Amino acid sequence: MSITRSGAAAPAKSRRRLQPWEWAPYVFISPFFILFLCFGLFPLLFSVWLSFHTWDAATGLGGMHWVGIENYTFVLGDEWFQKSLYNTFWLALASGLPQHLVAIPLAFFAHTYLAKWRNTVVGIYFLPFITSSVAIALVFNSLFSRDFGVVNLALTTIGNFDVAGVHPFAWLFPTTNIDWGQPQYTKSMIAFLVFWRYVGWNTVLYLSALQTIPHDLYEAATIDGASRRQQFWYITLPLLKPMMFFAVTLTIIGNLQLFEEPFIITGGTGGLDQAGKTAAMHMYNTAFVDSDFGTASAVAWILFVLIAVLTTVNNKLFAHKD
Amino acid sequence: MAIVQKRVSPSRWFAYFVVVAGSVIMLAPFWFMFVFATHTNTEILSVPPPLWFGSAFLDNVALLLQKLPYFWHNLGWSFYIAIAVTALNLFFCSLAGYAFAMYHFRFKERLFAVIMATVMLPAFVGMIPTALVMSWLGWMNQPKALIVPSACSAFGIFMMRQYITTAIPRELAEAARIDGCSEFGIYWRIVLPLISPALGTLGLVTFIGTWNNFAGPLIVIRDMEMFTVPLALRALQGTGMVPWGAISAGSAIAVLPLLVLFVISSRRLIAGLTSGAIKG
Repeated sequence: MSITRSGAAAPAKSRRRLQPWEWAPYVFISPFFILFLCFGLFPLLFSVWLSFHTWDAATGLGGMHWVGIENYTFVLGDEWFQKSLYNTFWLALASGLPQHLVAIPLAFFAHTYLAKWRNTVVGIYFLPFITSSVAIALVFNSLFSRDFGVVNLALTTIGNFDVAGVHPFAWLFPTTNIDWGQPQYTKSMIAFLVFWRYVGWNTVLYLSALQTIPHDLYEAATIDGASRRQQFWYITLPLLKPMMFFAVTLTIIGNLQLFEEPFIITGGTGGLDQAGKTAAMHMYNTAFVDSDFGTASAVAWILFVLIAVLTTVNNKLFAHKD
Repeated sequence: MAIVQKRVSPSRWFAYFVVVAGSVIMLAPFWFMFVFATHTNTEILSVPPPLWFGSAFLDNVALLLQKLPYFWHNLGWSFYIAIAVTALNLFFCSLAGYAFAMYHFRFKERLFAVIMATVMLPAFVGMIPTALVMSWLGWMNQPKALIVPSACSAFGIFMMRQYITTAIPRELAEAARIDGCSEFGIYWRIVLPLISPALGTLGLVTFIGTWNNFAGPLIVIRDMEMFTVPLALRALQGTGMVPWGAISAGSAIAVLPLLVLFVISSRRLIAGLTSGAIKG
């Protein structure tokens, strides 16, 4: 008895025809490609095309006018775009850098000293990452409220802390309530929210990398008389570098696209003096408030190029040190 | 033998203190969200604000429903969309992952590389044209505008391929094939039951991601009746008196399903989210 499939008994001349089980894998992977062509690649290509046109969506496709790179020159010269770009970089740095400066020692501490409580502690720091940014940004708005906000209450309590008529913390902490809606404070508040949301995610990334470092290395170092601090600097940090590269890349990509947190904190307006308006918010407003899709597409691609350049620079920096 | 020193150094105590203080800061917003959800506006606006639960939760929900008459619909839509996206992802991603793990076929490596490369494309670049595509298709204000485009993710395919490659011996599929099982039958009857741990993890990650999605619904949903929960909550912001109690109650309701999922499955969830990071 030979093992044949029902279709395999077909005449010999059709043997080059694909058997059903030969095209099966193509069928099985096709949903991704169909969806990507329709809702991924086509929109991207259309967006490139759009960025070289002026267009009022109400006039239909016939109303598109080719303007070359005019949208790009306009956007690059637009002071609102420049301001939003400045805000984006400010926020990316002010929320991104502390994330890593806290996450690395925290992951090291959790890995080295916390045994039973490690998962609980890491879980607590991770919790903000999985929660709805809208819900949490709204809650932050109430916590950072000027007159009744818990944050002001905590800060001024420390600021007004009284030791025999002297206020030892008054130089660092405010003694009166801060109006977080004022332009000079808006960005700090957003940066704190972003830091709060993502520090646990980075901690988890670093923790997972720490767990792959062989324990023998530390044992050998201990025998050689290296202190914990030396072990951290000369074993942990160098071996953490690949993960640092990955985590920093994710932070760059994520922070330069910052949208939801500033959008909710400022009620979609960008706040007083547009102090909290990011480039992604600028793109959203240009497209969906001003209905200027051509210019908005140019904003999107300028932002994309910036992200690509920074990611490449980051790549080079990390590769160079090896 | 040297005497083992059990004394914990002061610097270590300081580190413990910092970590615990940090935990308090991480949890505080959640605490106040749930506490404020049970207080009236007047109580929230008093100084100092309430630190413990009150009794006004139902009043806040009533106020919430007054401001957002469709809130329960919105909650239902959120569940419907998140569950639909999760189910489709589990099916399509595991099917594709199965194909990449179990078959040899032409262009396999290249096609997989293309899928991985799409992860690099930032979503916001396609935001504007996606909105246009949806309006051309007549899908504005419809859940399918949110469900169909996210029905199969590159991350999911990657994760499923990894898992199926390591968890299922190819001989198993070949044996089933010799016994006359169809190609889809092998996937459906043999592979799928064996990968339930990975399906659970991908399901969690997908559900949470979809539930929290804000930018997607923001550009394709216009009618309040069709809002998802994040959009509905955002609509509470406006001029005039801010209903902090109602906002907190709504936020608490929106976050609660995620907290429950997290408490049940935090380790699996974290492992799932970072699986791309560690292997990739």
